[in-house]
Amino acid sequence: MHAGIIFFLVILGSVLFHIFTPWYWTDIASNWQGMDDTITLTFWVGGGVFVAVCLFMVYCVFRYSYKEGRKAEYKPEDKKLEKILTWATTLGVAALLAPGLIIWNQYVNVPKNALEVDVMAWQWGWQYRLPGEDGKLGTTKVTNINDENPFGINVDDPFGRDDILVQSDYINLENNKPVKILLRSVDVLHNWYVPQFRSKMDAVPGIVTFYWFEPNKVGEYEVLCAEYCGVGHYAMRGGVEVQSTEDYNQWLSEQETFQDLIAKQEKLEFENKKIVKNNNFILNKDIYKEE
Amino acid sequence: MSDEYENKSSYQAQSSETISGTGSGVSPDMDYVRPAENPEQDLYHAHSFIEKWVFCQDAKVIGVQYFLTAVFTGVVGLILSWLMRLQLGFPGLAGFITAEHYYQFVTMHGMIMVVYFLTALFLGGFGNYLIPLMVGARDMVFPYVNMLSFWMFFVAVAVLMASFFVPGGPTGAGWTLYPPQTILEGTPGHGWGILLMLISLSLFVIGFTMGGLNYMITILQARTRGMTLMRMPLTVWGIFTATVLAMLAFPALLVSSIMMTLDKLLGTSFFMPTILKAGEVLEYGGGSPILFQHLFWFFGHPEVYIVALPAFGIVSDLISVHARKNIFGYRMMVWAIVGIGALSFFVWAHHMYVSGMNPWFGFFFASTTLIIAVPTAMKVYNWILTLWRGNIRINTVMLWCLGFIVTFVNGGITGIFLGNVSVDVPLSDTYFVVAHFHMVMGIAPLMVIMGAIYHWFPLVAGKMLDEKLGKWHFWTTFLGAYSIYFPMHYLGFIGVPRRYYEMYDSPYMTSGVGLNEFISTAAFIVGAAQLILVFNIVKTMKTGKKAEKNPWKANSLEWFTSTVPPEHGNFGERLPVVHRWPYDYNVPGAEEDYLPQTAAPSEVAHTEVEKT
Repeated sequence: MHAGIIFFLVILGSVLFHIFTPWYWTDIASNWQGMDDTITLTFWVGGGVFVAVCLFMVYCVFRYSYKEGRKAEYKPEDKKLEKILTWATTLGVAALLAPGLIIWNQYVNVPKNALEVDVMAWQWGWQYRLPGEDGKLGTTKVTNINDENPFGINVDDPFGRDDILVQSDYINLENNKPVKILLRSVDVLHNWYVPQFRSKMDAVPGIVTFYWFEPNKVGEYEVLCAEYCGVGHYAMRGGVEVQSTEDYNQWLSEQETFQDLIAKQEKLEFENKKIVKNNNFILNKDIYKEE
Repeated sequence: MSDEYENKSSYQAQSSETISGTGSGVSPDMDYVRPAENPEQDLYHAHSFIEKWVFCQDAKVIGVQYFLTAVFTGVVGLILSWLMRLQLGFPGLAGFITAEHYYQFVTMHGMIMVVYFLTALFLGGFGNYLIPLMVGARDMVFPYVNMLSFWMFFVAVAVLMASFFVPGGPTGAGWTLYPPQTILEGTPGHGWGILLMLISLSLFVIGFTMGGLNYMITILQARTRGMTLMRMPLTVWGIFTATVLAMLAFPALLVSSIMMTLDKLLGTSFFMPTILKAGEVLEYGGGSPILFQHLFWFFGHPEVYIVALPAFGIVSDLISVHARKNIFGYRMMVWAIVGIGALSFFVWAHHMYVSGMNPWFGFFFASTTLIIAVPTAMKVYNWILTLWRGNIRINTVMLWCLGFIVTFVNGGITGIFLGNVSVDVPLSDTYFVVAHFHMVMGIAPLMVIMGAIYHWFPLVAGKMLDEKLGKWHFWTTFLGAYSIYFPMHYLGFIGVPRRYYEMYDSPYMTSGVGLNEFISTAAFIVGAAQLILVFNIVKTMKTGKKAEKNPWKANSLEWFTSTVPPEHGNFGERLPVVHRWPYDYNVPGAEEDYLPQTAAPSEVAHTEVEKT
């Protein structure tokens, strides 16, 4: 008897917990409302089944607790009942699967106008690359990466020259503009995940993976690495700021392109050489003087 | 199969016809059971203490050895989980838990619990003890190989435990061991730790293959007279199907372990692409990290059912015995076990929806995954329909079964979230996943293990465990475990990622801090509550009530041995002959509320037996 009551309270507690929980999902900030809706639907259907099964169990505990001399029913099978239950379950499962697959279809089909963003991950940090005026990202190669070419862009690829480089864990995105995240890792698995955007995908060394979303709420969000990547995994954070078109364009215009970087480095190199020359000159002069 | 089924139903019709003749139509023919096809097995009896208790060939002793070794690893896993929860609930309180340590705890806890604890306990422990007894055999068919199987497992455990003491410590790569990080600097234990892990896993697979062949062949070839496949207890069906799965799935683990060992030691690149590390390009290239994930989960998903199917089988038997009612829909239960087993090989990539594999796989694997929900749900319905109109003893064993139903249904439902590809996207790699698999393949099977311990302890030790302590043990464990994992799902909704040593002041976590403290506290209590069982066992062995023969009034053969506890050879002079399924409880017309499998039709001709 007590057992039945406690089990009942557990079920009741679960339902109440779900209704009154202060811990629930963060406000969505992307187009993937459909994922949240499917979760809600699954909660109703699945939660209903959970409650029904458990309450039936509790009922049995109350109603059929052991009594000396009582006869249990002897009925090995009930084909009709089993058939009804099978079909009802199949229908329920299909009803949940259908919206799941429809949304997945949207998830794997990226809109044509999506802005491609190259997200490069390593142990342990992020950096980002946006296409320049030509609207295309240049090709890359892990072995190209060095101090002068932090993104490993193929120098002879004309599309790469105007790519915009963001050498920071933080990136800005334009509100209401679909983004195709192209994920790249130079060492181990990572995963660029913003809970408010609902979407994620692993970055896998050796291949480029992708996913897309459309941010629809201006604000700042934290980026978390969602695939275990070694001891610094938990500290591999970044940030996204979703901005209005105006602010975003302002920000974009302040960013450096690959061309700029090369030019800067050439200039730096030139100046370094000049310094060396001057030094030599001074040195020579000194030598000369001493002579 | 269809032939057998037809034979069976005609036999059934025939027998019920004869039976309805209430007594007068009894003929000696109706008790006829085909003679044995094989001669009796020669048993090697132990001659010394070592042969009896250490290098023993008796499946029952091997079962206990497996059981105790697995429980030892389980205790290590439990302590590791305490240390993790200490860090998660109260970060920084225990200064010695660094990030490296934390990841090592996570990894070792996961691998130990899944492989060395649950798999070994269900198949090695319960499998060895129960298979020969339940099918009416004197022992496993290859007792010597069976002994080797245990000792191979023992060495695997020793190698695994040794990794705690090597330079660099055990591997901290996560129990999934995803390359490339597993064998690279940046992951704790990337040197000795991971090597010992891979070697230990390989040894485990080899040892397990020896045991698994034994279980399968014993069940197929050494059943006693009259024990048709469709008269086997569901426990045996569960263990049998799980073993078949293990035989097919473990090779994938072995292969991936060997390949990774080669990547580590010889610098091959099975799983290693071109990698840039600390500004230098490593001497790897062309390998595929995703290939490893496919191999791992081709093993990993069936592994879930390797644990779950024996639990399904055992719990069916426990429910039927203690509800004093036949298991509802036996044939459906058998086909559901077999069907789930077969389907489990077509769902592995649902662990990889966001792994970067071709996203079009998602459609296929989401569909197969949700199809598996149907036979699983049928099993749940049949359990509760077995309770319905039963005569349920609310004892400790039954409580564990009821606890199993609640936790399993809960975990099964959250599985539908995660299997449904696009719903998985926001939830994968968060605490929702952690909560889901702990509920469904941690707590639920554990409930069954505990129920099984209370149920079969009188057989193994000859004494009845204390009921009052058993109930305390159940309620603290069940309520505690439920309050760990039920709220944990909601951390996943917030978006808290798994495998985070610390959340710092992340905006997601501020509201979760209190919840984490609560979960950790509950985890400490649940772990400590297991001491009640230890105390109960010690107390029972000292002063407990001696168990009468067949104390639960069960039908299956393990309760009809010549002695309790059963001796080597199990059944004395003559092997039992089986005339019916093991679920004839409360048969109309019978004096007792149970008919043992050995009850001959002529003895019970006046009853209305529907199914034999």
